[in-house]
Amino acid sequence: MVQKVATAATREVFGKTLLELGRRNRDIVVLGADLNKSTFANLFGKEFPERFFDLGAAEQNMMSMASGFASSGKIPFCTTFAVFGTGRPFDQIRVSIAQQNANVKIVCTHAGITVGEDGASAQSIEDLSLMTSLPTFNVIVPADGPETMQAVQAAAETKGPFYIRLSRSATPVIHNESHHFQLGKAEQLRDGSDATIIACGILVAAALEAADTLRQEGINCRVLNMASLKPLDEDAIEAAARRTGAIVTAEEHYIHGGLGSLVAGVLARTEPTPMEFVALTRYGESGKAEQLLEKYGLTAKHVSTAVRKVIQRKR
Amino acid sequence: MIQQRGAPMPTNGSNAPNNAELERLRGIARQMRRDIVLMTSEANSGHPGGSLSAVEILAALYFHFLKHDPENPSWPDRDRFIMSKGHASPVIYSALARSGYFPVEELMTYRKLNSRLQGHPKHETPGVEVSSGSLGQGLSFGIGCALSARLDNKLYRTYVLLGDGECDEGQVWEAAMSAAHYKVDNLTAYVDRNGIQNDRFTSQVMELEPLSDKWRAFGWQVFEIDGHDLAQVIDATNQANAVRGKPAVIIARTVKGKGVSFMENNPDFHGRAANKEELPVALKELENG
Repeated sequence: MVQKVATAATREVFGKTLLELGRRNRDIVVLGADLNKSTFANLFGKEFPERFFDLGAAEQNMMSMASGFASSGKIPFCTTFAVFGTGRPFDQIRVSIAQQNANVKIVCTHAGITVGEDGASAQSIEDLSLMTSLPTFNVIVPADGPETMQAVQAAAETKGPFYIRLSRSATPVIHNESHHFQLGKAEQLRDGSDATIIACGILVAAALEAADTLRQEGINCRVLNMASLKPLDEDAIEAAARRTGAIVTAEEHYIHGGLGSLVAGVLARTEPTPMEFVALTRYGESGKAEQLLEKYGLTAKHVSTAVRKVIQRKR
Repeated sequence: MIQQRGAPMPTNGSNAPNNAELERLRGIARQMRRDIVLMTSEANSGHPGGSLSAVEILAALYFHFLKHDPENPSWPDRDRFIMSKGHASPVIYSALARSGYFPVEELMTYRKLNSRLQGHPKHETPGVEVSSGSLGQGLSFGIGCALSARLDNKLYRTYVLLGDGECDEGQVWEAAMSAAHYKVDNLTAYVDRNGIQNDRFTSQVMELEPLSDKWRAFGWQVFEIDGHDLAQVIDATNQANAVRGKPAVIIARTVKGKGVSFMENNPDFHGRAANKEELPVALKELENG
């Protein structure tokens, strides 16, 4: 079992990191859309009110305005919930930010079904598909608090548009403070030769738990934390497929267009390999986060089942 | 080299342009109309109608007001011009070419493969601030530029040109609300009120009136002018630039296709170029106009 000694809400880590970045770099400006308590952007807003712009429930305006800030030398962070920060203003992101290759950082919290009781309209399960479809964007799904801090810092320091996807609920901490996130690099957390689990976000902890369970059955899994969806570490995916011959992807996202689709695309071109997908296949509903993860098939148990299944299909 | 040092900040109407300046600008406007008709005809596509209606606004901005440096398009202190109604790209390409951002001959590559002059503006083109063409986004972008200037204590000004049909877009009003909320007074917006959008007259597609009242209700200072009268464009711009504590918009009443009789007020020429038979007629009219 993974020692769940600590959990942290990635959104809270984000708010604190943003505040720290704001202290170090006066060019950072923060834009919010009337959800600044929930995203923790208000930590920045309290200390730097002149660099903080609440635009109300008007995400389209926020995205294009951020591009204007970026074109004038600022480093704007747009913050809101994933469902309001991707699908709703997608055309503004596409034209004002992506086609402009603007130095805008979109950091969205409350992604996936673990937003919980608010129900399906608030549960963003399409955002990774949307955001990875934009040619100039970098897309990151941190696994926990320490990685969130690293990813937000990397986004601030790296020119170009970023999408960072965070959660509402507290997430098990799997990294220590010395963790070093690298854009475009997979992180190998376990090694094994029977199958590889490639996960992102809150499913990384589930993948580790599954790997530990499976080891007791004599199944040894490689586990890759694929926090960087774009750019994607194609070499690590190909190498894992060659070494283990079976791949399971795990993500809190619709099965179409997210991590699983990206990995399958790489394998189709490089090393066709049996795959199983742990992902959502329909819209969610109201409920507690853990109830929803269980009902919709996104727990360590479901990852283990997928590994056993994919191993049956190995050639 | 910094071209076109802007007119000093006005305090009243006393710095009206003299006749020689107006005549100079009229000459540039004539040249721009020729460019627009020629480049769209050469491309056999594009949007001449809404380009011709905006000629005087861009002539006044690029050749009278803007502090900019065509040899250094990303000069941080430049005034910004945001072409929100991106389909009218021929008018900004003409203004940029005539300002010296790229050779005038390049206008004839408009809409062709490997050209820097895309059907709708892209920021890679020297002098183009932002990609546009999907309507409604330019005012928001301009507010970001203007608020950056405020944070940096810079004196540059941001100008945004919107179409009237573009005001159908909800984002325009999100932006309008936020500009008033943040008291953005270092930005001047123009609405090219030519009365025609893609399919038909704006009054048939989606009633915009009372348009000035809408902007006023959103907290803006509103000026209404004849958008083809250069003296009025300049005077209103001076007045708008002097407004403090709130944003200012100039509703410029214009004629779609202005200067070419068969294009004028004709929805057909929103998105169609003069054909081979029409081109010489148009050019002749512009010469005589």
